[in-house]
Amino acid sequence: MSEVTNERSTQLGYKVSALREGTVIDHLVAGTALKVIDILGLDFKGSVTVGLNYESDKVGSKDIIKIERREVTQEEVARIALVSPRATFSIIRDFQVVDKFQPVLPEVIDNLIRCPNPSCVTSDDRVATSFIVLRSDPLRVRCHYCERAMKKEEIELL
Amino acid sequence: MTTETLSLVGRDLISMRDFTRDELLAFLDEARAFEDFREPILLGLVLGSLFFEPSTRTNLSFSGAMQRLGGSVLGFADSKVSSTAKGESLADTIRAVENYCDIILLRHPLEGAARLAAESTGLPVINAGDGTNQHPTQTLLDLYTIQQRRGRLDNLKIAFIGDLKYSRTVHSLIDTLAHFDNELFLISPPTLRIPAEFLEELDARGTVYSEDEDFFAVAKDVDILYTTRIQQERFPDPVEYEKVKNAYRIDREGLQKIGDEITLMHPLPRVNEIATDLDDYPGSAYFEQVRNGVTIRKAVLSMLLGKPRV
Repeated sequence: MSEVTNERSTQLGYKVSALREGTVIDHLVAGTALKVIDILGLDFKGSVTVGLNYESDKVGSKDIIKIERREVTQEEVARIALVSPRATFSIIRDFQVVDKFQPVLPEVIDNLIRCPNPSCVTSDDRVATSFIVLRSDPLRVRCHYCERAMKKEEIELL
Repeated sequence: MTTETLSLVGRDLISMRDFTRDELLAFLDEARAFEDFREPILLGLVLGSLFFEPSTRTNLSFSGAMQRLGGSVLGFADSKVSSTAKGESLADTIRAVENYCDIILLRHPLEGAARLAAESTGLPVINAGDGTNQHPTQTLLDLYTIQQRRGRLDNLKIAFIGDLKYSRTVHSLIDTLAHFDNELFLISPPTLRIPAEFLEELDARGTVYSEDEDFFAVAKDVDILYTTRIQQERFPDPVEYEKVKNAYRIDREGLQKIGDEITLMHPLPRVNEIATDLDDYPGSAYFEQVRNGVTIRKAVLSMLLGKPRV
């Protein structure tokens, strides 16, 4: 049984097998797991287990991802936070949770988001994007260049 | 903080968001001393004036300000003559132009272009309008005109009327007025209401405001009426434009119903929003705004270049 899934651990442990080494990303907003897989890419050797639409006491309905033999980078955490700000990350080594954290968005997000404003100077691909985080949950950011404020639904990850 | 201790030398003027209330007031205080000032304090200095889209008024106003202070101006007024037409990036254009001048003035159709330009050079950059985003010297001259006409920048009732959806001038002035304590009336047809994000900011800052379609319902209480042109190019459907184009035409007869205390402002050019019979109305301040534009720009050039009055 995994140490990781403290919430309804029996049920989830049954559905998603335990990890020896890797990362568990829990409490993803239901429906965002595939986007998160997209952020992580699949060009690594370990197996990936994706659970969709689990019932959760905390968030109602959630997705969960277990990634074998891979730990997430800070940049990946920041990207995932944009998709699902209340996700929890557990780093597993030898079946034990050695680190567990929630993402904290930086004050400025460089080169992770595409500005949806077609008149923004960053619509020229030679210009790197930069966004100021006005509020993390629900997400609200302002483009450093065109100064438009926008919500999560309006932005697109690079 | 007194304005004497506050230095703006070497700063860029890209967005009103970059400046504190004290810094805004420093520009306005300094401008007062520049009203009739014409000494060659900028002798030997060059303004690089890059207009990637035409704007006769802003271009001439800055050129006039620079030349009245003894400086000179080079640049272009149309992007077709610049090497951008050959595919050069804006950053590269700026890196070349910085060798020819001491301060850069940029008008560009893309929003954020002035910010990008400022990040590409160590010279001060002044934003002369970036798409629908910012035009900070317009906002400064509007504040200066309000201060001059009403003697203060707070405790005023200010109505904005017309195109509140697309007007950069209105957005920037409303945003900047949030540094001061005023009541705002936002008058527009439903299709041209101010975007929700501006209302959220007003709420967050505790600004008192109301939205209405009928100006005359609130007019009696208003100190300042800021009118804007409803721009035909904003309407994909000409029928929609026809419906609203004359909705907020102000003339002398209409204004007399509400007294002669009101200050009437407009960023110009006007089409027919303000009837010409109001040009000699005592409250009309729109031609004064043009004159104040040169005054403000003289102060801005002097302050950013670190060449004070002697």
